Amino acid sequence: MPLHLEIVTPEKRAFTGDVDEVIVPGSEGELGILPHHAPLISTLGQGVLRVKSGGQEQEFAIFGGFLQVRPDRVVVLAETADVASEIDLERAERARREAEHAIEGAREPADMETARAALQRALIRIRLAERGARRPRGPHEAGRRHPDAHREEPPGGE
Amino acid sequence: MPSQRDIRRRITASRNIRQITRAMQFVAASKLRRAQESTLAARPYSDLLDEILADLASVLGGDEHPLLSRRDEGKRLIVLITSDRGLAGALNTNAVRFVSNEIIEHTGELELVSIGRKGRDAMRRAQVPIVAHFAGLGDRPSLADILPLARLIADEYEACTYNQVDVVFTRFISTLVQRADMVQLLPIKPSLDTRGIPGSQFIFEPAPDKVLNELLPRYLATRLFQAALESTASFFSSQMVAMKNATDNADELIEDLTLSYNKARQANITRELIEIASGAQAR
Repeated sequence: MPLHLEIVTPEKRAFTGDVDEVIVPGSEGELGILPHHAPLISTLGQGVLRVKSGGQEQEFAIFGGFLQVRPDRVVVLAETADVASEIDLERAERARREAEHAIEGAREPADMETARAALQRALIRIRLAERGARRPRGPHEAGRRHPDAHREEPPGGE
Repeated sequence: MPSQRDIRRRITASRNIRQITRAMQFVAASKLRRAQESTLAARPYSDLLDEILADLASVLGGDEHPLLSRRDEGKRLIVLITSDRGLAGALNTNAVRFVSNEIIEHTGELELVSIGRKGRDAMRRAQVPIVAHFAGLGDRPSLADILPLARLIADEYEACTYNQVDVVFTRFISTLVQRADMVQLLPIKPSLDTRGIPGSQFIFEPAPDKVLNELLPRYLATRLFQAALESTASFFSSQMVAMKNATDNADELIEDLTLSYNKARQANITRELIEIASGAQAR
């Protein structure tokens, strides 16, 4: 039985579909969720959410939010969810520099807090984007943006 | 009867106005499309958040969190969302009137937070105390714009300054129908529908009250965000319709003026002909 996964942010629905497994960065540690998981509600931390379906893996950068697991479906309510292949590395680097700058210049604790959160977000995005870029690729796929383009197994091959 | 030159001047002026209103109509239409999309895109998030809150609420009682607790002491706070710019028909007037009616019906101590310049100006004239003002949210409100306001409201509520917080905004029903509406923000009233699974079956990580602590501020912000999105979509559709009417009216006016212009011109020609004819006869 496949697991129906929905990843939703306040701005959009980032993912819907049936998957085999999802690994979520919970606030208390990583959670791997397979079909028939017990009902669960958890808060999310920051990190990488991995979706596995048919031998393929897709990654999202996730920052805070909530997770609800019901027998038939998993709902991830994230503040933001970026697909690894859509992350703009340059923009993330710029955001990191800006955040670092803001931390130096911050006077009030609230400013500091926002700047820290921004920095953390930028760092996770950079990590995810760089990991996508570092993966070995075939000669024909070198220019493709999709991080799963290097996949060796054919889909569904078990 | 106005002279030919006067009429011509009025025709030119009406044409210029028509050009502007038509441009505004098209700009509003294209912005409306985007605003409408983001309003619809935000709905699943708030629906699902509602669901999680219902699951949580079925495990916990009513008073686990200050944002859930009811109390009598304190003032009432209304958040009024309007637009910064006008030329949008009765949109802002309706929202402002809604608040005025509330004030008349429920006398007592009341304060206001305004988002958008039009609402602030109207409320200032009505001498309602405004505790905070946020400049308009622009064409595409983002959740980050709303968070400071949500935090302010939550802090003040927890400090027992207020006993109820409502938001007045314009609900987007369709391109032609928008309605001023009020939704209670605080105390938060969780829905009771847990959709088949009793909350007691859920595993909570961390403990339910900790999840609740995280969820409630977010829930509040999401509610406000949704109201802001609806208001933005309403603004653009209201503006689009208002500008369409203005363009149509300009068309009509130009038609009428052209008719009078031609009449005046014809009368002039006739008069001149008569003058020439009678001059020739006199000779």
